[in-house]
Amino acid sequence: MAKRTVEYSISRTPEMGAAGGPAHGPLFPVDLAEPELGAEHMLINIGPQHPATHGVLRLVCELDGETVIKVIPHIGYLHSSFEKLGEYRTWNQIVTLTDRMDYLAPLIYNCAYVMSVEKLMGIEVTERCKVFRVILMEMERIFSHLLWLGTTAIDLGAFTPFLYAFQDREKIYTLHEKYTGARITTSATRVGGMMADIPDGWIDELKEFLRVFPRTLDEIDTLLTTNGIHLGRTQNIGVISAEDAVNCGFTGPNLRASGVPYDLRKDNPYYDYDTYEFEVPIGEHGDCYDRYLVRMEEMRQSVGILHQAIERLPGGPMDVPDPHVTLPSKTDCMSDMESMIHHFKLIMEGVKAPPGDCYFAVEGSKGELGMYVVSAGGPKPVRWRIRPPSFVNLSVIPKLAEGHLVSDLIMINASLDIVLGEIDR
Amino acid sequence: MDDPPKPPAGSALDTVEEGPRTGHALPVRLAATTLRHPTVDGLRARFGASVQHHAISAGDQHVVYVEAGRNREVLRWLKQDPAQHYDLLADVTAVDFGGDRPLEVVYQLWSVPHRRALRVKCELPLAALAIDSVEPLWRTADWLEREVYDLFGIEFRGHPDLRRIMMPENYAEGHPLRKDFPLRGRFTRAEQTRRALSQDPVDQYIPTELATGREPRIPGDVPLGESEVVEPSPEPEG
Repeated sequence: MAKRTVEYSISRTPEMGAAGGPAHGPLFPVDLAEPELGAEHMLINIGPQHPATHGVLRLVCELDGETVIKVIPHIGYLHSSFEKLGEYRTWNQIVTLTDRMDYLAPLIYNCAYVMSVEKLMGIEVTERCKVFRVILMEMERIFSHLLWLGTTAIDLGAFTPFLYAFQDREKIYTLHEKYTGARITTSATRVGGMMADIPDGWIDELKEFLRVFPRTLDEIDTLLTTNGIHLGRTQNIGVISAEDAVNCGFTGPNLRASGVPYDLRKDNPYYDYDTYEFEVPIGEHGDCYDRYLVRMEEMRQSVGILHQAIERLPGGPMDVPDPHVTLPSKTDCMSDMESMIHHFKLIMEGVKAPPGDCYFAVEGSKGELGMYVVSAGGPKPVRWRIRPPSFVNLSVIPKLAEGHLVSDLIMINASLDIVLGEIDR
Repeated sequence: MDDPPKPPAGSALDTVEEGPRTGHALPVRLAATTLRHPTVDGLRARFGASVQHHAISAGDQHVVYVEAGRNREVLRWLKQDPAQHYDLLADVTAVDFGGDRPLEVVYQLWSVPHRRALRVKCELPLAALAIDSVEPLWRTADWLEREVYDLFGIEFRGHPDLRRIMMPENYAEGHPLRKDFPLRGRFTRAEQTRRALSQDPVDQYIPTELATGREPRIPGDVPLGESEVVEPSPEPEG
């Protein structure tokens, strides 16, 4: 396991002068005896519109001075019931709902959804499609972690990493745009394949990104990993043990930071992830700093996976050659009777799934992203359920933040890497 | 939770597109399988007839139906028996098939050490939508069960903090993910707007939040693993 240990010498006690008192005395003499302030607790409300809550999240905090006694998260401000909407849409129409949940890693959600539907239908996608989806999902992991890195640094008052991170995120936005035409709402997948084949020059641009990106990451690394303020703000903050983390349902980098090597790409591999060479970084303390280190290392591992995937990207068709699933080409539609019928049936009725249910989970950027689809044998699902990683991760915040300062609550919230669009769905 | 008011007959909402018509001819359960699964064998040996049905879905996913009245017992055994050790509760959700058919509560289990998955389902008749909470076993279930309660109206007995999570606390239209709930809600747009505008800022808080200065208690804050505290203690009002 790749583990990175950092030596640092930061003292939490102030510098001492020769006389034994603080080196820099107060400007005015103060009476050090603490006055009796009474034990009145204060109720403060953070959010729902607040930059530090990373979305439309509201935290009602009960404070004793500056110490958090209790946090109650209120969610649901973005709730638009995607699961209910999905019951009124055909299998392929739901894809557009999935990227509106996590707009920070939309392609992982696109892929996870169709992978679940394909498993339910028993469709095996083509080799090219598999490798391309791996490329997209690993790219999105970097995309999502970069946003997390930038905004977390901002929460600590470090503005520079944010600019560095967003400069490179912009390159992935451009890649999104070149492939799907959209920067955020990608909707790139279809049942049985992708919306289109890879455009010319797209892979070269991705390679160029992979050449530049590790250097940016190293620079951010230099800025944060041994930065005294960063260490002081993150080490021993929001600690959760391995056993508690599993019990609380943590998955993804948050769980691995507590020392549990659970990664679906290794433990329940899909799309030949077992043939890629990569390591799963794990932490040992389960605090905010370990969560930071795990995500930094994951981005490096993703770069490695991307290089391997580009290397092995085969030619051939992107979509499965099944007329009941994939639309025929426009040329065939216009010239061939059979193709036109298939086109008509697919557009008017949609892809049909057999009765049954399927739970399929991928390792998303935030944790285990599960898609549970229930079919009664028609073109629409009876139930479509998203196992939301951020939702479960956020539910632990009252336990993590209890007893910390308000400023640490902000750090803990940032370190969990939540996205409210997916929490509220 | 009071019964939601019925939509007025002939309302324009009745004409909006309906969800998938699943039809009554559809079998509620997949056909039973003869394949063996070590956990299901263990469950049958220990719980006998409470293990009602065992099916395979999507090619290789094992689904086991257990008696709803013994769900906590079964899940505790699945979690704590060293040969099973399903320590990660990935998801809790429910499925409404429409019609008069029972609602299913679905637990997705995963065993980190054994790398095994299992789906456990419990069927609840529409007349008695209540089941034991598994929050004492897994803290994950805290919010997941609240979500099921909010969107399906299933009561979880022994949950320490069972209140709505997605919809506002004073939401009066019912439980949105039920099949008898129309896509646009039960109230007219005018009524929804009127209610939204007449809200008091205090409605945004729950009573326990406003009562500061008392003994702190995090919802669901019980020692992990050993807790069997089921009755939530009454909170001081105001």
